[in-house]
Amino acid sequence: MPPHTRRTFYVAAIYGIWGLITAALGLPALIYLLVPPRMRRQNEWVEVGKMAQIPIGTPVEMTFRRMRVDGWKVVSEQNSAWVVKSPNNQITAFGPQCTHLGCAYHWDEAKNEFVCPCHNSMFSIEGKVLGGPAPRPLDQYETKVQGATLLLGRLQTPPEQSA
Amino acid sequence: MRAHWNRINDWLDHRTGVHTAVRKFLYEDIPASSGWHQVFGSVGLFLFLVQAFTGALLAFNYAPTPGDAYNSLRYILTELTGGRLMRGLHHWGASLMITVVVLHMIQVFLFGAYKKPREATWMVGVVLLLLTLAYGLTGYLLPWDNRAYWGTVVATNIASQAPLLGPYLSRLLGGQGSIGVVTFARFFGLHVLLLPPATAFLIAVHVYLVRKHGVAPAPGDELVPKKKFYPEQVFKDTMAIFAAFAILFVMAVAVRVPLEQLADPTDTSYVPRPEWYFLFLFQLLKLFTGPLEVVGSVVLPGLAVLALILVPFIDRGQMVRLTRRTFAFGFVALAAIGWTGLTAAAVITTPKEASQVAVDYSAPTDWMELSSEELAGVGHFRQENCVSCHAVGDTGSKIGPDLTRTTIHRNAAWMIQHFKSPAGVRPGSAMPPIQLSDSQLNSLAAFLLKLNPQNATALSDAPDFAVQGALVYQAHGCNACHKVNGVGVDVGPSLNGLAQRRSRSWVEDHFADPSKLSPGSIMPPFKFSKRDLDNLMAYLFVLP
Repeated sequence: MPPHTRRTFYVAAIYGIWGLITAALGLPALIYLLVPPRMRRQNEWVEVGKMAQIPIGTPVEMTFRRMRVDGWKVVSEQNSAWVVKSPNNQITAFGPQCTHLGCAYHWDEAKNEFVCPCHNSMFSIEGKVLGGPAPRPLDQYETKVQGATLLLGRLQTPPEQSA
Repeated sequence: MRAHWNRINDWLDHRTGVHTAVRKFLYEDIPASSGWHQVFGSVGLFLFLVQAFTGALLAFNYAPTPGDAYNSLRYILTELTGGRLMRGLHHWGASLMITVVVLHMIQVFLFGAYKKPREATWMVGVVLLLLTLAYGLTGYLLPWDNRAYWGTVVATNIASQAPLLGPYLSRLLGGQGSIGVVTFARFFGLHVLLLPPATAFLIAVHVYLVRKHGVAPAPGDELVPKKKFYPEQVFKDTMAIFAAFAILFVMAVAVRVPLEQLADPTDTSYVPRPEWYFLFLFQLLKLFTGPLEVVGSVVLPGLAVLALILVPFIDRGQMVRLTRRTFAFGFVALAAIGWTGLTAAAVITTPKEASQVAVDYSAPTDWMELSSEELAGVGHFRQENCVSCHAVGDTGSKIGPDLTRTTIHRNAAWMIQHFKSPAGVRPGSAMPPIQLSDSQLNSLAAFLLKLNPQNATALSDAPDFAVQGALVYQAHGCNACHKVNGVGVDVGPSLNGLAQRRSRSWVEDHFADPSKLSPGSIMPPFKFSKRDLDNLMAYLFVLP
């Protein structure tokens, strides 16, 4: 074999093998870092209170404790929701954070709207954006009424409302 | 485009000199005799980089405090895609790195490459070997399972036996009295903060010294025209690295690294064993008892390390041909025989229960949360071979419905009726009736009602000893007086955590004559076949 051919073979093999090794280590590493963990423990429904405690037509902030899977830990943490009961007993429960940058908003009784103190985002009692920088309506919890008790499920961005 | 690229390259080289440096490194002169026997150093360096890479990735999902360490490692193994591969690469990479570093030293020793002027290169190399072993020692504790805990108890006690320095070493390792958070923090700190930069620095010094003195030529080769490092020797190094990587990758995929139960300092039955590369030291200790123990644990290993460091000064002769280095060959052969003999003796004398893991905690253990009735149901499920017609998640046949679909779970009464007369309950069903007693059908229904897509594999993979143990437990009606996982009757004590309260022999004696060991006990004596007793005991002793 002429020397230059042998040399070409060496160089090609060096680049090829190092490329292969880099891929064999790099791809699993990316998968390991980027693929979300298998959720073996499902978030369950949590009781937040009695239906009778919720006034009709006025949002009320309700707090509850929920177990949350956080990596290798299951932590019990305090959560809250703004719960609205309509005249026909329909329940809507909003996540307590503004959809702009996650500040806690509150119900302004005088203006009859939710107001975020950080950048003045405003939301209607149905959670729709009335003004300010918020890019989408308020997130909502899944809700379920069992007997006289209100239960909340996972917090979701309503699909029809996502930006 | 190419001109543009060349301009960028020229600019980079002018400002940083990087290309000139790389070229100088690659086109270094090496002896014409260089070849395949000199690839081990590069392979060792490559494996160090793999360890650093996989170690950093593991650290991204690892909590370095005792209880959390174990849980986070279980999280890596059971819930993260690729987590088992990363741990496998890191675990087997450690073993492979030690093997390659030792092979590198043997090659250098046999070829006499430590001789003048390369004494310092050799000595730095010996320190690098010790650092590699230090990684093994400190990393062993980090999973915080029983194996890690008890192995480290032995290791820190050995360190504390060192003459004069013992108490200080022990204090430095935080191992005074017992192993806890302090020892853990120090081992973790050593493993990830101190050892890696020390290794990187010494590797740099080692490579600098190799370059300074040149690769050692074979005797008589000094006058032969030299050749360049690149590309021929780089090609040989790359091929060897690829072979090592292929072995490592296959091992990481194919050989499961087990995780034992969470470290239990009260477990009096545990037989600690070090990693395979320390087994010879462990066995050596057995040859020295009483006041002589320190000879085996500290003095001999210390002298061996000293001798290894001083090799270039002990053997100061001229470089001679490999074929004439009979003493060196004899020495390596003797050391190899000694090492193999001690390691083999340690393996042979390892009690059977110490060499096998009863439960592999590197896989989900949801089955441990089942009641004994539900776990016995797994046994009936296997006996009746339900998977020949039904799917359970990803496994099984597709003839009948998937049993993890919660929509087909009605209630136990309906299921039992269905088991007895499938076509009667579901007209047109081709399923044959199941010939089991009512209590066995109850077990089967209880298990099936627990199945869902998330736990299907974890539950149906329950280890056989536990399933057989639960069958014995159910058949003898133990649940009429005892509780397991909150299910059963409270006449006798709950059997969860039995391993922490009683020894195996106590429980066996208790079966034979309960009132003798527990005066006033109303439990009747039980006599089991050996197989049933083994399974029942193994089951009861893994209950959390």
